[in-house]
Amino acid sequence: MTKAHPHRSVFLILAAALAASSCTSGKSREGAEGSEATPQTRASSTLTIKGSDTMVILAQNWAQAFMDANPGKVLQVSGGGSGTGLAALINGTADLANASRPIKDKERKQLMKRRAAEAQEFRVALDSLAVYVPAANKIESLTIPQLKKIFRGQTTNWKDVGGEDRPIVLYSRENNSGTYAYFKEHVLDNEDFAATAQTLPGTAAVINAVSKDVGGIGYGGIAYSEGVRTVMVAPPDGDPVEPTMENATSGKYPLSRFLNIYSADEPSGIAKEYLDFVLSPKGQAVVEGVGYYPLPREATAAAE
Amino acid sequence: MTEQVLDAGEHHAPAANSGRRITVRPHRARSGLASSFKTPLWHRVAERTIAVLALAAIAAIALIFIFIAREAVPMFWEVEFAEEVEIRDLFFAKEWNGYDEPVFIWQPVGEPAKFNVVPLFVGSLKVTLLAMLMSVPLGIGCAMFIALYAPRAVREVVKPVIELLAGIPSVVLGFFALMVLASWAQATFGFHFRLNAVVAAIGLALTIVPVIFTIAEDAIQSVPQTLNEAALALGARKYQVALRVVLPAALPGIAAGVVLGFGRAIGETMIVLMASGNAAIMELFDFTTSVRTVTATIAAELGEVAQGDAHWRVLFLLGVMLFAVTFVLNIVGDLAIQRLQKKLTAES
Repeated sequence: MTKAHPHRSVFLILAAALAASSCTSGKSREGAEGSEATPQTRASSTLTIKGSDTMVILAQNWAQAFMDANPGKVLQVSGGGSGTGLAALINGTADLANASRPIKDKERKQLMKRRAAEAQEFRVALDSLAVYVPAANKIESLTIPQLKKIFRGQTTNWKDVGGEDRPIVLYSRENNSGTYAYFKEHVLDNEDFAATAQTLPGTAAVINAVSKDVGGIGYGGIAYSEGVRTVMVAPPDGDPVEPTMENATSGKYPLSRFLNIYSADEPSGIAKEYLDFVLSPKGQAVVEGVGYYPLPREATAAAE
Repeated sequence: MTEQVLDAGEHHAPAANSGRRITVRPHRARSGLASSFKTPLWHRVAERTIAVLALAAIAAIALIFIFIAREAVPMFWEVEFAEEVEIRDLFFAKEWNGYDEPVFIWQPVGEPAKFNVVPLFVGSLKVTLLAMLMSVPLGIGCAMFIALYAPRAVREVVKPVIELLAGIPSVVLGFFALMVLASWAQATFGFHFRLNAVVAAIGLALTIVPVIFTIAEDAIQSVPQTLNEAALALGARKYQVALRVVLPAALPGIAAGVVLGFGRAIGETMIVLMASGNAAIMELFDFTTSVRTVTATIAAELGEVAQGDAHWRVLFLLGVMLFAVTFVLNIVGDLAIQRLQKKLTAES
């Protein structure tokens, strides 16, 4: 009776590993459903897109619209984080990577080394990285230096930044997130997040946690801001700015960024068709429908 | 030795047990196979086949270990790895730039990346210990009640329901802990962290209780009815029989359940990933802080890294270490159980 146990718990580790792998692939949608692809055309008409959780809903809407317009073509979109998408591009398991941060030099080199391909960047939408507090928190605005101190763990009470006397609870993203990397670079000057920052998988999870925690503060893409308040953010030497479309487009809002799609070498075939669609007025209309900001006109023109 | 005790239960009280047992457990039948009459050829073939299958399990474990280790060990000689990470920083505190004291930090993204595994193991052990503290008394208590006290009608409802608990997917329990338990716990106890070790441990306990319960209940059922009857005949009260006769006799089996529950707890991923907040805080004694466990770290980060990267190697090292911890604890648990059994059978 006792002899069986060591083996069984060993299998639990296996199960953990399986959970790890299914965790990242679990979000892929059933792209094949309803398509009329024949086995012969499948290879050239299937596109795997992976990456940013911030962009996953956007990418799914793009894919849906693209598949509606091009019957027989199958797009598989999944999230997991910008780093996950770029790693998949490097490892050759994805054709395109969504990323809410620019690619790192290290990743460029890895792509060159493993697939002998040059990473190509396409800016596809504009986002304001919003700072969220629960609806009950009355704080109006925070400056970038204040945000840095808060997320570094040096400011630990809301009263130190003009709020109520209440401890601050930090919500951050998993470190495979492009949003995490962007925030770390632009707000923390590449210093570490406080160890007490809780990391949650996905902006939706952060929003949900912040909305339930009176002392909470979190950050994420603008399209998700439901049930929480966004705080105005002031650059180190300026007035507080609201994360609206105009302020993002004009570059006034200090935390606005481009959302990108990366390909290995110049895209061709279905990947190119998809990218053309994304950058077309129709594709940019999808961006607005999801809650992000379409590219400013000049940027679209430059991309074409 | 085990089989003797267990089989005695089977032989002496088949009538009492037959109504309760739903499933037939193969290990009970094992010793019955050995027989004195001449074994037909197909028996021997079957035995060999079974032996091969059993060895295949061992081979599978060895291979899994080798393949995990193979991804981790190049860190000890790879130049690329050495450029990014010093091996000693994986285990010891270091005073990094921008910190005023040596710290244990897990910050795998950044310049420089900081991979200290200590807070992760502290997190895993904290959650596991807490979950065990909750589920061991509950599981054993439940088992004793169901096996010794509960009227038949109650037993027939409660036992399947507890066993059904084991069938709930951990992601569902994790979701429950994340959305419902966490809010309730914070409102009740006023935790600073809404998601913390306590919440995750409660979620975990829900998965371990059925494991411990099922095995403990089996062990208690398998105690020979004769012991029970003898004690009663000598004038012992029911609770005396339960605590001083049945419980000690069933202890090795119960301990086995606890060891198995521990393995389940430390290896569980989804619940802790969802309900523990995943902040790698180096804090030994405060159980109300958020924790980041080894399993959750692997699950959350492995999808991100490029193969062969320093981060990739460290994550596999975590896997190897977790494997080793579970393995050693299982062996220690097994030895303890064997010793216990020897002691018990010597006395009886």
